[in-house]
Amino acid sequence: MSLEEPTPDDGVVEALPTGGDEIADLLGDLVVGREEHMNAPGFVIRPDDVQETLRRLRDEAGFDHLSCVTAEEREDRYESIYHLTSFDDRQREASVVVPTPKDDPASQTAEPVFRTADWHEREAYDLIGIDYEGHPDLRRILLPDTWQGHPLSQNYDKDRPQIVTLKEWENPLADDHREEEGDTMYVNIGPHHPATHGVLHVKTVLDGEQVVDVDPDIGYLHRCEEQMCQSKTYRHQIMPYPDRWDYASSGLLNEWAYARAAEDLNDIDVPEYAQVIRTLGAELCRIASHMLAVGTFALDVYGDFTAIFMYAMRDREKVQNVLEELTGQRMMFNYFRLGGVVWDLPEPREDFFEMIRDFLDDLPEALEEYHDLITSNEILQSRTIDTGVLPPEVAKSYGATGPVARGSGIDYDLRRDDPYGYYDELEWDVVTEDGCDNFSRLLVRLREVEESAKIIEQCVDLLEDWPEDERTIQSNVPRTLRPDDDTEIYRGVEAAKGELGIYIRADGTEKPGRFKIRSPCFSNLQTLPEMSNGEYIPDMVASLGSLDIVLGEVDR
Amino acid sequence: MSSQRETPFVTDDSQVQTDTRDARMTGGGADNRFNSKLRQAFGSSPFILTKFDQFMNWVRGSSMFMLQFGIACCSIEMMHTYSVKHDLDRFAAGVPRASPRQADVIIVPGTIVSKFAPRMKRVYDQMPEPKFVVGMGSCTISGGPFQEGYNVIKGAEEVIPVDIHVPGCPPRPEALIYGVAKLQQRIAEGESSPVTVKPYELQQFDDLEQDEIVEQLAEEINEEDLVMRYNWADSP
Ligand code: SF4
Repeated sequence: MSLEEPTPDDGVVEALPTGGDEIADLLGDLVVGREEHMNAPGFVIRPDDVQETLRRLRDEAGFDHLSCVTAEEREDRYESIYHLTSFDDRQREASVVVPTPKDDPASQTAEPVFRTADWHEREAYDLIGIDYEGHPDLRRILLPDTWQGHPLSQNYDKDRPQIVTLKEWENPLADDHREEEGDTMYVNIGPHHPATHGVLHVKTVLDGEQVVDVDPDIGYLHRCEEQMCQSKTYRHQIMPYPDRWDYASSGLLNEWAYARAAEDLNDIDVPEYAQVIRTLGAELCRIASHMLAVGTFALDVYGDFTAIFMYAMRDREKVQNVLEELTGQRMMFNYFRLGGVVWDLPEPREDFFEMIRDFLDDLPEALEEYHDLITSNEILQSRTIDTGVLPPEVAKSYGATGPVARGSGIDYDLRRDDPYGYYDELEWDVVTEDGCDNFSRLLVRLREVEESAKIIEQCVDLLEDWPEDERTIQSNVPRTLRPDDDTEIYRGVEAAKGELGIYIRADGTEKPGRFKIRSPCFSNLQTLPEMSNGEYIPDMVASLGSLDIVLGEVDR
Repeated sequence: MSSQRETPFVTDDSQVQTDTRDARMTGGGADNRFNSKLRQAFGSSPFILTKFDQFMNWVRGSSMFMLQFGIACCSIEMMHTYSVKHDLDRFAAGVPRASPRQADVIIVPGTIVSKFAPRMKRVYDQMPEPKFVVGMGSCTISGGPFQEGYNVIKGAEEVIPVDIHVPGCPPRPEALIYGVAKLQQRIAEGESSPVTVKPYELQQFDDLEQDEIVEQLAEEINEEDLVMRYNWADSP
């Protein structure tokens, strides 16, 4: 049922301004300066014009996807960058740069235009210290409320003591009378709870069995990933970290995000042979990751630890064995290098291909089993169909991507829309479902496993016939990389959970000046209140499961 | 039977042998229901003599209820340890309990950050005694790859005492099984949990030493709130 690539009638496409000058014309006086980012033209605007600018770009230029908000502190100013792109055409990009003075870092919030700005700006406030005027709820998001200082700002003192409270535990089941009449109850779900897939804390207000309000409280796994990457060198030291963002075996997908951004930044070519290996590895990771999503979803909905979960784990083990053969590790692969991959396929190659083919041969039967057990099961259907509904417009406004967006009928996949690797040479389809509910998201994942298998099969065919003297696994890359000062780039890839973007600003040294991770889970999780308010609490748990969040990536 | 007996009962062994006892002593005969594997192992005596605490240690080591507790990347490998192929249940330690009140062992699988440490300590406190801790991964040893992070606790031992450290990033399931088996061995041998100095106790806010930061936060935090204080400058 996959949709063909959308073909909006040409008139519309041509009318949309794409070049930097055209967009500048559209914005007129709002633009006070221009910048060139490597991925997009940048427009500098005044701090109080944010909403006006973004609204105009969204409504008149078709930039309907606020992919990321990067904040940073420079020598003489604070800066927020809004990375805009479009769901219909990912290659149209624009950056809106909002500088604010050092002594008064206040700029207008973008939240009324793009709902997703809510959390992104809270994060910017938390880590950098920029104040967003008019923001509905500007408080810390990743660090505890009582934290002192903003850790990614320039004068942060790492050694100062901090005090963290344990307030939420005092009365986990408290009466909560939000209204005069209503009789509601406040429940903490998490941070240690089997249904939250890690250390997520969901503050829930219930009226009987119905959810009045949910507020995901994140930051229990905020491991300072951005700080880590900013203190490491491009060439080798950063690569191990992406494995640990989305750790549900999506390592290679994440590594690719960094590799793509850094390779474009440093103008490094990747040999075709390495691209095929990358594609192969990445899709194996996607299968492993979706298997975990399906298994834990069944665990959430049925509480079934013995069959479906074990089957999913069995299939993950198989994938992990293949990946271990390829990379040497089960989870933290560290296999990509800038300019290629670290080593060639394992010898003897035939055995390796045989191993993959065995896995692929068993896969259709395994998937049928999943469909028998899960999707065609009436209990699951009644639990998931028409629950956790996320209309496409809402999903877009929250910046939802990946299977969550595709389950709401949004035909958006970076592998096709902003091609990288070897994807555009291969035969496969983007899977979408129109149900917008928990069931659709589950179905998208299961069907994406099939598509990934198709891709892997073609890669294996290609690799088998690859002439021996053309097997270049890495291009020549200098020992130290020092991209020019003040070059900025924002690049995304389609990770297992959606669009994983990396923003890097080089500062002329061998370490990034600013390294920002746009995590798909972070944006996807933001939709939880939309899906759950007014629903029953078990449906909230199912919705949370269907989002398939990984806290390592949400909190970074 | 008593009618045939002329001498008092227990003086002569040979007089009181029965078929059943015959069977038990010789391992054959009409009634061999005593010849279980266990019986062979323990010999002919129907009693097992042991000290009660030794017995309890053996029991504890042989049936461990794990706390279902996931933090970070290591918890994925921990899930694999519980499920097919590695199946920790084979080693009498495969029943993950969702409630700390029902668990004996907590595996700490991942990076601990400042916001989570007080919660983890609370979960640990809720487990009934005797309780054991397996630290899984480099993160629980020292903070691992994130040791320099402004928000990362430099090892689980800063918060709760750890019995077994399983190094690796992440440790393979086999390594975790080995760690659990080592823990079982230690428990069965009666070695108790190590006592460590715990710099981060949960205290009430008004019990903290008055200094700059406490004064700053006095407005925000209630006096009775439980708090954890991090002295980053002193951590390794
Ligand atoms: S030790 Fe490694 S795998 Fe385990 S939680 Fe830490 S970073 Fe993740």
